Amino acid sequence: MTQGQQVDPMLSVRGVWKAFDGHPVLRGIDLDVGASEVVTLIGASGSGKSTLLRCVNGLETVDAGQILLDGSIDVTDPSTNLDQVRRRVGIVFQSFNLFPHMSVIDNVMLAPRKVLGHSVEVAREDGMRLLKQFGLADKAGEYPDRLSGGQSQRVAIVRALAMRPELMLFDEITSALDPMLVGEVLDAVRALSRDGLTIVMATHEMAFAREVSSRVCYLHGGVVLESGDPSTFFDQPVHEQTKMFLKRINAPR
Amino acid sequence: MNTPAPGADVVFVDPQRRALRQRKARRDALVGMLSLIGFVAVVGFLLARSPGWIAVQETFFDPEQFADSFPGLLEAFLLNIRIFLIAEPLILIVGLLIALARMLKAPIFLPIRVIATIYVDVFRGVPTILVIFLLGFGVPALGLEGVPNDPIFWGTAALVLSYGAYVAEVFRAGINSIHPSQRMAARSLGLNSWQTDRFVVIPQATRNVIPPLLNDFISLQKDTALVAVLGPIEILRRAQIDASFSFNYTPYVAAALIFIALTIPMTRFADWVQARAMRRRRAGAVA
Repeated sequence: MTQGQQVDPMLSVRGVWKAFDGHPVLRGIDLDVGASEVVTLIGASGSGKSTLLRCVNGLETVDAGQILLDGSIDVTDPSTNLDQVRRRVGIVFQSFNLFPHMSVIDNVMLAPRKVLGHSVEVAREDGMRLLKQFGLADKAGEYPDRLSGGQSQRVAIVRALAMRPELMLFDEITSALDPMLVGEVLDAVRALSRDGLTIVMATHEMAFAREVSSRVCYLHGGVVLESGDPSTFFDQPVHEQTKMFLKRINAPR
Repeated sequence: MNTPAPGADVVFVDPQRRALRQRKARRDALVGMLSLIGFVAVVGFLLARSPGWIAVQETFFDPEQFADSFPGLLEAFLLNIRIFLIAEPLILIVGLLIALARMLKAPIFLPIRVIATIYVDVFRGVPTILVIFLLGFGVPALGLEGVPNDPIFWGTAALVLSYGAYVAEVFRAGINSIHPSQRMAARSLGLNSWQTDRFVVIPQATRNVIPPLLNDFISLQKDTALVAVLGPIEILRRAQIDASFSFNYTPYVAAALIFIALTIPMTRFADWVQARAMRRRRAGAVA
């Protein structure tokens, strides 16, 4: 952690447990994320990466533990207004989940207009600026079924960014993409990390994780088994489990 | 003809194979035609040989009767169309409201949910003609002040109540057909539950249920004839009157033809809408 003692981390996950139908997925997991950090979660399928991200956004309820934003807002407290939390925490999913009945610009404008109360003009101007920034200006009027996977995922990123979130969660956003299209989405994430956005992402793109992460966390058995800065983590893993995982994932297919 | 180079950007079909395909297509068309002609010939032969054919021809297919009653039937049919046009939008509103009422989750709304569920159970369970009878004869008999006793009013109301229950279920199925990830994406952007339904779920659900709704409306067009049991002179009642004057059933056949003339275009339209929706969904799945 590069954080000073008295400054609260932007995100603090403390002893979170979560089970689905009696199957434990998270077993008292801890994780702190400071402002402008890029934290990458890696681990086998089912290790709880997605579940953790969804809990942070309040899309899943936790069984025990706390998730604090800025040390003050407790996402897990039932009295917390989750709609307020979600204005500050954006999430992008593996499967894009664009709204198929709306054009690209309408997808982007929906939440700023209905949640933040922006006028159509303001929301459109803001949305167009973001679309342009991600090379999608000419797609504003298209419907999602006319987009490639990479374009769809970039629109999903823009849609989340339009809410000006302080924390961005990426849930394996390149896993559903044709290998040819992964690069354009990673470029978008790279640009956001350079701009200083705080990011927590689950990914299987190890080369990318090494390049952009300030910290890499290996999830195993529902906890963070090992974490560290990318070069230490990838070059000198400590735990046997971590070594095995890295060996398997780096093996040529 | 030369074979184009491999990888060339043209459509190339082996000429022999093309000829084979064309021969097969011609043979298939011929077999289908012969089969159809044979079938019609056999049915026609059996009809013509049946002992009552001459009598049936006179009582059901009398050209003179047909010409006599046709204009009156057409005029009476305007009432059916009027009932249909009034009932249809009301059914859509009732159906959507009931579907939404059944999906309210908060405990405080339990009474609304129970009432909506009972409504759907009752009106889907009772035959439409019975609903028309009960409302059309029952409510005016109460003699309540300010309540209309017009049979057309109560007939239309009965159709709305009966079809509203069906359409509510169609809407509910449509809402359930929207993948939970759509709701999740909307909630993750900070939209509340109502905004999510209003802007994301219901518009998509409505689009998905247009084909089954059209189907229900074709059915409704026909069921406007049930209002005849209350007495207003719509097309079926008109045909009944004509038939009882002449002891000839040709007016019924004429009425049937008029219904078909309206429902066939609707049916074709519904098929077209359904095919288009399917194409769209397939295109969407590739992305």
